[in-house]
Amino acid sequence: MKFFIEIVISGILSGLMYSLVALGFVLIYKASGVFNFAQGAMVYAAALAVVGFIDYGMPMWLAIIAAFVFMVIVGILTEKFVLGKLVNQPPITLFMATIGLSFFLDGLSPILFGSEVRPINLGIVDEPIQTIMDLTGIGISKLDLFSSGIIILLVIILALLFQYTKVGRALRAVADDHQAALSLGIPLENIWAIVWSIAGFVALVAGLLWGSRNGVQFALSLTALKALPVLILGGFTSVPGAIVGGIIIGVSEKLAEIYIPPVLQDAFGGNFGGIEGWFPYIFALLFLLVRPEGLFGEKHIDRV
Amino acid sequence: MLYREAGQFKTTYKADSQIFPILQDRVGMMILLSVAAIGVPLFASEYWINAILIPFLIFSLAALGLNFLTGYAGQLSLGSAAFMAVGAFATYNFQLRIEGIPFFLSFILGGLSAASVGILFGLPSLRIKGFYLAVATLAAQFFVVWCLTKFPWFSNNSSSGVISAQTLTIFGFAFDTPISKYLLVLFIVAGLALLGKNLVRSSTGRAWMAVRDMDVAAEVIGIPLMKTKLMAFAISSFYCGIAGALYAYCYLGTVEPDGFSLELSFKILFMVIIGGVGSILGNFLGAGFILLLPIFLDIVLPFISKLLHLPLSNATISHIQLMVFGALIIFFLIVEPHGLARLWQIGKEKLRLWPFPH
Repeated sequence: MKFFIEIVISGILSGLMYSLVALGFVLIYKASGVFNFAQGAMVYAAALAVVGFIDYGMPMWLAIIAAFVFMVIVGILTEKFVLGKLVNQPPITLFMATIGLSFFLDGLSPILFGSEVRPINLGIVDEPIQTIMDLTGIGISKLDLFSSGIIILLVIILALLFQYTKVGRALRAVADDHQAALSLGIPLENIWAIVWSIAGFVALVAGLLWGSRNGVQFALSLTALKALPVLILGGFTSVPGAIVGGIIIGVSEKLAEIYIPPVLQDAFGGNFGGIEGWFPYIFALLFLLVRPEGLFGEKHIDRV
Repeated sequence: MLYREAGQFKTTYKADSQIFPILQDRVGMMILLSVAAIGVPLFASEYWINAILIPFLIFSLAALGLNFLTGYAGQLSLGSAAFMAVGAFATYNFQLRIEGIPFFLSFILGGLSAASVGILFGLPSLRIKGFYLAVATLAAQFFVVWCLTKFPWFSNNSSSGVISAQTLTIFGFAFDTPISKYLLVLFIVAGLALLGKNLVRSSTGRAWMAVRDMDVAAEVIGIPLMKTKLMAFAISSFYCGIAGALYAYCYLGTVEPDGFSLELSFKILFMVIIGGVGSILGNFLGAGFILLLPIFLDIVLPFISKLLHLPLSNATISHIQLMVFGALIIFFLIVEPHGLARLWQIGKEKLRLWPFPH
């Protein structure tokens, strides 16, 4: 039982990491209807920018700020040179354009900041918290707990920003109806630039947390793909959906990784590790068959 | 083109429904095919055949498969490499486990296996569409590769799932030289491309396009959505499966499941986008472009770096390749969303009037 709880907790914590990437997707999708496949590449680019600027001799805090500026520039340029040119194209075209963008970023950031694997040191060690360990015997990594705290904080800040600021109101208006927002005098292009900057910021946080855990490497760009099943589980347009979906995916993939291989091994023999690699996708796929719009997504009505 | 269809009258329905209704097109196609079948083996070097022409034809076939699904039926798929893997491994197992099976039959069976896997992963397309479906096809990509790696039966208990393709023989003739392999690939690809060209203008193809343009409307006018979509998945995966089998048997010789990675799927998708979504010719143009671009960059980049006195490491060159790929995709989507095939068409229209501007 203790083991089970430990797995569930570690699943929740790693699931929150997926949520963080998924959050970036949701923000952009809500505001501009673009399914941004490049979010993973943005996480990689942001993390690389941080270690790159540190390598150039900056202190940590300055490097993070510089990386944020870099992400904002990337966001604005993307808006200007990619999405701005593709207005009124079908969504699938925009999606493919972001695939191109992700290749571009995957190529550009190692050239700018070096491609060797480097760690990010946030000053928190990846070890179990002693007091909880002594009391219950369950190990919870300090780093994981810290990351979850940051993520929850970030979600609260974003929610407040969306709900109570002028920019937030404009963002929600654009998300609801582009044309109505435009005719009310909301500058669409600025809003998109802001959304891309916020998504860049979210990517930066994700990059920092993941980078401090696994080191900054190309795999970041691929791990971030796991945010896709999170998204379809939670619904494309829902921030709470991204969080809940992340937790479900995190827990279920950890449980699957522990409990399915022995069953298969008994049946067929051999080694069946690595279920984590596909389980979230199949899980999300089966879920979609039951509820195509995801947990919190808006029900889509088609008209001829 | 420089010629016009003036004076070529169609007097029968048969003449009206030809694939190439204009005489010059037919002749041109004949010349192209005979150059490919006779001229190339006579004059091309082994390097060209092995490293460029064979993969070019195989990738064209895979892109054609994806184009049926994405370009004609409008279902975006990110899992084409998985279907190639199914084709390759199924063919291998049919060859291995059925004594004396003719290789053509094993190829077809391999393609059919890929088609059935395609139908399985196409089932969700009845409920979901667009991005959701794209993510669902990622499930196929990861799951299939995992299965082929982890179940030793598929690769006949070899370590890490590597298979070595058997030599293909027919009536005692072995396809073991590059030229014979090339001719085999050419024969299969040309045949399937011709079939595909016919398919997309048949009722199946028209139904696909109706579903692509608006599936609800298509359903309302009486197109069976389920049959049409699953048919698209099946035929697309069949083509990808055959391409995968050729990839293993005629190009690489030994393959492992990890070779059919997400990266390969993207490569095929890029061929479709750059070549032309919803065009048969486009697949060939796109495959040629994507295959030749890295070779071109490999030659040009060191030259440029020497010119600018900037030393470029191999890693940097591969990163620049990624950037160029990404930038090109975006460029094509913005400037010419219908890809190289449309450029070809525009060129043809212009040449028709040449030398007059209007």
